[in-house]
Amino acid sequence: MRIGRHTFEYQNRPEVIETSAIAGPQEMDGPFKNYFKYYLTDDTFGQDTFEKAEREMMVFVIKNVLEKSKLNSADVDVFIGGDLLNQIISTSYAIRQFSIPYLGIYSACATYVEAMLIAAAMVDSGFRKNAICCTSSHFSSAERQYRFPLELGTMRTPGSQWTVSGSGACLISKSKEKKYPYLKYATIGRVVDYGIEDTNNMGAAMAPACADTIYHHFKETGLTLSDYDKIVTGDLGILGSNILIDLLAEKGYDIGGMHMDCGAEIYTHKPRLHQGGSGAAASALVFNCFLFDKLLKGEYRRILFVATGALLSPTATFQGDSIPGIAHSVAIHAPNY
Amino acid sequence: MEGIISTILKYLAVFATGGALCLIGQLLINYTKLTPARILVLFLVLGVILQAVGVYQAVVDFGNAGATIPIIGFGYSLAKGAMEGAKIGFLEAISGGFKAVTIGIDSAIFFAYIFSLIFRSRTKKC
Repeated sequence: MRIGRHTFEYQNRPEVIETSAIAGPQEMDGPFKNYFKYYLTDDTFGQDTFEKAEREMMVFVIKNVLEKSKLNSADVDVFIGGDLLNQIISTSYAIRQFSIPYLGIYSACATYVEAMLIAAAMVDSGFRKNAICCTSSHFSSAERQYRFPLELGTMRTPGSQWTVSGSGACLISKSKEKKYPYLKYATIGRVVDYGIEDTNNMGAAMAPACADTIYHHFKETGLTLSDYDKIVTGDLGILGSNILIDLLAEKGYDIGGMHMDCGAEIYTHKPRLHQGGSGAAASALVFNCFLFDKLLKGEYRRILFVATGALLSPTATFQGDSIPGIAHSVAIHAPNY
Repeated sequence: MEGIISTILKYLAVFATGGALCLIGQLLINYTKLTPARILVLFLVLGVILQAVGVYQAVVDFGNAGATIPIIGFGYSLAKGAMEGAKIGFLEAISGGFKAVTIGIDSAIFFAYIFSLIFRSRTKKC
């Protein structure tokens, strides 16, 4: 149901039934290691190239989420996913062996929430019964795509973030028992560009879009901060998170105590990675392994999950253009709340 | 004894010169928006200009390898070769620069090729 220009409310309780994730070696060393069930010790995953490794991680989580939810690929009506590589090859090549109706989407690192938002709308309306959402990213393939090939050995700047290696998938459907976390609201973000041109400072480029989406969520729903236990952002990093907190404080929302950024949290064990993690897998890993668990147990009652994306392309960057930011959000409630 | 001290002083000069150049690079990375590729080119062009106006030879005399190994030394060699060639003739002014840096370029290509055959790229540890 339409609530405002950005926000709508799900009417029929689309639930996140099952999740799966696979983490890279560096992610496995970090603070979430007890939550990651599957991980790589070698980030090539036995493949020739990093791009193929990323694809294989996606194949793994798709198979795993089907297995855990006891479904065949024939039971799934739609697969919605995307990744960071040109022509979203990780997703399109990973899904070709499953013969599931497929929608490929791209919102950079906001892709996971965008997939959940669309999938839940299709399940909510009854157009689809079972929908799978999936994203992936890989440090070494993303470096080649967006910055420089690893072989060049360039130095990293203090504003930079490290792309998370990993992949995550979830199944969105409706259950009879209603015992799973469910999606309540979705807010579709708009592109916000404050003119940041530094591709090594994506947190600063995305924070304004994130603040915009969170602001519209609260303004349109009439909810207050106390309605949520956590506001979880995707991959703003440490610097971007601070900018977000400042921007929202200017609008009268003090989220400092209840904010968590998946990218900033995932590498707290490695200060040398500067601002923390980024990438489409950052929010997917933390949601699938950590937040989903907390919601399922009712330790978090309601969260606002806002994934952020920097919609830059190397071509536009070379032409001197700035970085457009995007953020989409979904409000996810624990089963009994 | 005197020989040892002068050797140590020479090494210190090399270390200080190379270190100072790297410090400038690190400051550019930290405090400007310049990409690493631009910093690289900036250093190279700076080497050419400084040698052309006759400044960099003094730095090389003081810092030796500390001044010639960083990319700025490549620019210095280019300019130096061109200037020496110019004493002979117009064509040599052009070819002189290339002659002076041939060893750098050739060995870079040769070793890059050899190492690409032996090793596989992998994600750096951080």
